[in-house]
Amino acid sequence: MKTKGALQLAWRYVARHRVQSLLLALALGLVLALPLAVRVVVQAAEQQLRARAVATPLVAGPPGSSTDLLLAALHFRRDSKTTLPVSTCDDIRDTGLAEAIPLHVRYHAQGAPIVGTELDYFDFRGLKLAEGQMLTRLGDCILGSKVAATRGLQTGGSLFSSPEQVFDLAGVYPLKMRVRGVFAATGTPDDEAVFVDIKTAWLIQGIAHGHDDLVTVPANVLKQEEGNVVGNAAVRMFAEVTDANVASFHFHGEPGDYPVHGIVVLPHDAKSEAILSGRYQGSKELLIIRPSEVLEALLATLFQVETLVVAALAAVAGAALLVAALVFFLSFRLRQREFATLAEIGVGQGMLRLAKVAEVALVGAAAVVVALAVRTFAVAMTEAILAKSLGS
Amino acid sequence: MMSADKLLACGRGIFITRWMLLEVQDLTFCYPSGEGKVGVRSLHVAAGESLALIGPSGAGKTTLLKLIAGILEPKSGTMTLEGVALRGLSPSARRELRLRRMGVVFQDFALLDYLTVGENLLLPLSLGEGAKASHATKARTLVHRLEVGGYWGKRSVELSQGERQRVAIARALVHDPILILADEPTASLDSRRKDMAARLMLEECKARGAALIMVTHDPELLPRFDRVVNLEDLV
Repeated sequence: MKTKGALQLAWRYVARHRVQSLLLALALGLVLALPLAVRVVVQAAEQQLRARAVATPLVAGPPGSSTDLLLAALHFRRDSKTTLPVSTCDDIRDTGLAEAIPLHVRYHAQGAPIVGTELDYFDFRGLKLAEGQMLTRLGDCILGSKVAATRGLQTGGSLFSSPEQVFDLAGVYPLKMRVRGVFAATGTPDDEAVFVDIKTAWLIQGIAHGHDDLVTVPANVLKQEEGNVVGNAAVRMFAEVTDANVASFHFHGEPGDYPVHGIVVLPHDAKSEAILSGRYQGSKELLIIRPSEVLEALLATLFQVETLVVAALAAVAGAALLVAALVFFLSFRLRQREFATLAEIGVGQGMLRLAKVAEVALVGAAAVVVALAVRTFAVAMTEAILAKSLGS
Repeated sequence: MMSADKLLACGRGIFITRWMLLEVQDLTFCYPSGEGKVGVRSLHVAAGESLALIGPSGAGKTTLLKLIAGILEPKSGTMTLEGVALRGLSPSARRELRLRRMGVVFQDFALLDYLTVGENLLLPLSLGEGAKASHATKARTLVHRLEVGGYWGKRSVELSQGERQRVAIARALVHDPILILADEPTASLDSRRKDMAARLMLEECKARGAALIMVTHDPELLPRFDRVVNLEDLV
């Protein structure tokens, strides 16, 4: 009866002063949640990054930042400007030590990265079609599950690649791509990508193009030199690959020089991996990394920062708890008359103490609920942000 | 446990026995500061008897009520309620006795601002043996009789002084106490409501054989009591 009476008193006081109690609980909850949320954010980032890195034995790319290469090849970050020739893939294959899968990650469509690659990539990542078919023609694309879901796209539809600069008339023209299928969700950055054949990626880049036939339509010929035909302004450049015009698409330049931004290297065994890593170590033409090692270095820095941030937030939380204790202390002092009244009515000192503890516990419990809600929100936000920043 | 050692004379010369509910003997008290001295040589209140306690301000009327209620502890003397010595009781036992057997109308009403009228009325019960349906029914009856029934769900802080005073009176009566201690319970009431409140308390007292000790400065009320005692005469 004593405990019940104390709880009732405490509950009635808290309920009657719900705005003040809620504000206090919110403030405490947020302060308690911050170190918790930071830990959750770091853990979520670590898990997502580590899983992808461990699943990728080696990555080759142009010389430069290991981190940039990691983010470009594993998470399709678009800010990769440096490239290496696609012939590097053949060089790696020719060693007999590994398979090589090229990656072209320069462009995007509706905010999602366009990943130019080969069919082997899909096998390597275990990507399965949820609907539609595999890439069969130049200009085809297959969507990651989230791209399809968030953009409302489906098999049989189409989407345009985005121009790099809207006002650059001499720049890359958007290509209307045919959606051939949608991959099943994997919970990786692959869900956030638009996959095309690497030749389609080069087509978007302008290395390949299609236009009216200058041989069969003489009116389109501006001038004809020996072995070279120059079209006039009437020549139509195709922005979409169709069954009718696919034959007109052709590449210019040396095929081995076409650019890729990274190469997923799949050594046949551990020994091959070691040999390959050693062979390209210190190379000025090629950077080869073990994603897991690069990631560990990255995470070490991240953990150092996290420790500092958590320590600072814990200090803030401690200070906030002291302030909250002061708030309760002052509140109880201001309520001396009320407690005297309760004592006069017949409430014992034990029950009064219990009621005070119950009030603090009620506000504390509400603060914990707030903290857990913030933590849940932080997890959801982190996953969304990671998916957006690392997956596209 | 009722002491039956007092014989009172009625008008026609027949002696009848009245049970002494409260007996106070050689009671002394003073606050730690040395002020507010109270001394009562002898005070007996029978069951069903109503007693008006008068005296000049500062004489110690409120202090005496608090001593009887067990809120303050006397320095010396004896006090018994239904034959039970109050002085020997522990603070928690005194509180328990107050909650169960006494109804106290405090001078400052002692209502909790954040509770509704209904919650304030049933608070002593919920702290003690627990409020029953019959208590709630009686509480509603009392507040209606005191014309504050419409404020049942209102917080006491929203009421006027007079309304708060009537709620305090209702709270003192709701659990059918055998001893009602009222400290100027009509001080904030107009004459009509003063009459109403006094009548209610006296009726409750007579109907259930409870004793009523009321501190008052109102001469209009004095004729209604069985006895009028000046505190100065008790010393």
